Formats: sequence, structure tokens, C-alpha cells
Amino acid sequence: MHELSIAVSMVERIIEESEGRGGLQVEAVHLRLGVLSGVDKDALAFSYEIACEGTFLVGSRLVIETVPLLIYCDICKMEHAPESIQQMDCPQCHSPSQKIIRGRELEVAALEITA
Amino acid sequence: MSTAPRLIEVRAKILKQNDLLARELREQFRRSGVYVVSLVSSPGSGKTAFLEKLLARLSANHRVAALVGDLATENDAARLQRAAPQVKQITTGTVCHLDAQMVEKALEPWDLNELDFLFIENVGNLVCPSSYDLGEELRLVLLSTTEGEDKPLKYPTIFNGADIAVITKMDLAAAAEFDLAAAHRNIQSVRPGMCVMEVSSKTGQGMDEAISFLHVQLEASRAAAAQKVM
Ligand SMILES: Nc1nc2c(ncn2[C@@H]2O[C@H](COP(=O)(O)OP(=O)(O)O)[C@@H](O)[C@H]2O)c(=O)[nH]1
Ligand SMILES: [Mg+2]
Ligand SMILES: [Zn+2]
Repeated sequence: MHELSIAVSMVERIIEESEGRGGLQVEAVHLRLGVLSGVDKDALAFSYEIACEGTFLVGSRLVIETVPLLIYCDICKMEHAPESIQQMDCPQCHSPSQKIIRGRELEVAALEITA
Repeated sequence: MSTAPRLIEVRAKILKQNDLLARELREQFRRSGVYVVSLVSSPGSGKTAFLEKLLARLSANHRVAALVGDLATENDAARLQRAAPQVKQITTGTVCHLDAQMVEKALEPWDLNELDFLFIENVGNLVCPSSYDLGEELRLVLLSTTEGEDKPLKYPTIFNGADIAVITKMDLAAAAEFDLAAAHRNIQSVRPGMCVMEVSSKTGQGMDEAISFLHVQLEASRAAAAQKVM
């Protein structure tokens, strides 16, 4: 399980972002998690609590938004949502061309604070 | 008194540090002219066996080195050392993947300019390594004929994030009733257009192709790096 490593990196990033803004009172963390990020949502939520211990983030909520897949098909010249991560070709023309536009996200989108 | 919560947009990539370091490593590899290949698979798929054969063959004409990630033991490094002198074990303890920092640290004592190929065997795991860029130029994902042809569908993320799939233990395919056509179908389904090699470290099947493929890659990568300098 690498979610604990991810959660630790995440807490470090939030502290960095918060300090860069003069110290924030973080109530909740909004996370964007792509379906191809390689990170399990539940395991991450669990690990986040552990990673927060001993930091000012203890007790903060984690709000995870799952980002679905979006590819660009060179043949259709448009974006498509593939059927699933097990079926990644173009859902329209079934060509193998594959540029992933969305689905790999592993990022803190926003911090919810009490001002 | 209650204050309404406010949302501050930050858009911070969680693995930014790893990504930045991986990018630096990649630049460094290019400048030094070393072609870096990493290998991921389940434990026991044949990464070390495949590497033993590759190192033995390549070291006849090239300067090759390898890093091997493992949770606890140094056995793989000992096996590889018989095929090439420059081998180093990275023991990760409880960490189930390599990251860019571990690679950087392990490479510190080596002069990359003295190398043609560097191989990095990741910790045997089909989940955790997928999120971590190591700065490699080529990522191989291995799938052995004894572990079933549906592995790509069960672990689509790692297959999608790799550049080439290698089907190993081809000598055991018949005995394991491995459905080769289905394996190819499943790989293409999770990573359309992916190039696939079929090898056996036991019989040597596919090794000539693998070696010449690596030669072509090394030349192409050096030509591209030279262009960039001009
Ligand atoms: N028959 C056969 N056995 C293999 C082959 N490649 C690896 N093995 C065996 O599979 C086991 C695991 O291989 P190893 O290289 O240690 O896998 P790793 O954990 O991915 O590094 C060992 O007992 C190897 O001897 C192969 O091509 N054919
Ligand atoms: Mg091994
Ligand atoms: Zn299309």
C-alpha cells in the first residue's frame, strides 16, 4: 500500500501551500483523484488521517473528487470518455490512438478555510 | 460567532517533488548518454531472470549497470552481479515502490558518463510503482505466462503507464494453458497500440529481439540528445 506515502507527501504539500499564504486555518482539503492515478480512494482517506497526526491539519476533512477518464482521438479529432480503464480505445472509432487528457490527476485542488 | 468557510484554489500536485527530481534525473541521463530502462511486475514474474540474461548479453559490448529494489533481501543483486559488475541493491524496508530520490541516492557514487545502459528493477508490485516517475526513458511491464492472461485487466493503471509489455516464461505457456491471444487482446485494451515482446529467460526465446530493440533505442536516444545540444 503506497497510499500512506502519498498521504504524507500530500500533508507536506498542504503545509507548504498554507505557509506560503501566511498560515491558513484549514478545515477541509479538496482533492482531485483521477481514475488512472494509481491511488485507491478509501486507502488514501484512511492514510490521510494518520498522516495528519502531529500537524495542524489534524481533524481536517478530506473531500475527494474522482476525475473520470477523457482521451483525445486523433482520428475522430475530438475528446471522448472511454468505456472504462479496462477498455481504453476510442469508444467511437475504436482506433488505438490514445492521448490521455484527464484521469491521471493526483492533486490538491483547493483548501477550505475559516477566514 | 461563525464565519463562513472559504475555498482557496491551490492546484498543488501531490508528487511534485518526485516529478521534479525525476525530470532532473532524465535530463542528467540524456546528458550522460545512458539509456535507462525500468522493470515492473508482480513478484516472481521473472524480472531478475530477464535482467540476468540482458546484462550478460549486453555487457559483452556495452557498459551496463543495474539497480534492484527489494523490500528486504539482497539476493537479486547477488544474482545480477554474476552477469555485470555494477549492481546495487536498494532495500526499501516497508516501502512497496522505488521513488526518484532512492534512485538518485543509489546512483551518487557512479559516474553516469561511464555507462551505456542502466536497468532499474522495481519492487515486485503491480500497484504502487505506477505513481512514481523514476526518470527512466523506458518502462517495461512484465507478465508471466503462469500468472494468467487477465492481469492487464486487473491492473490497468500499471499497464497503461508502461511503454512496453514483456510476456515472460514463454517456455511454460503450454503447460500453464496460457491464452496468448487473449493476453495480447487484454494488453491492447488497457494500453492501445502497446508494443509487446514474448520472451523466455530459460530457452532464450525473444532475447535477440530484445537486445536489438535496446540497441536501436540507445542510438535513437543519443541522436535525439545530440540534436538538442546543437
Ligand atoms: N521456466 C522459466 N522460469 C523462469 C523464467 N523466468 C524466471 N523464472 C523463474 O521464476 C522465478 C522468479 O523469477 P525472478 O526472476 O526471481 O522474478 P522477479 O521476482 O520478477 O525478479 C525463479 O524461480 C525463476 O527461475 C523463464 O523464462 N522460464
Ligand atoms: Mg527480482
Ligand atoms: Zn475515434
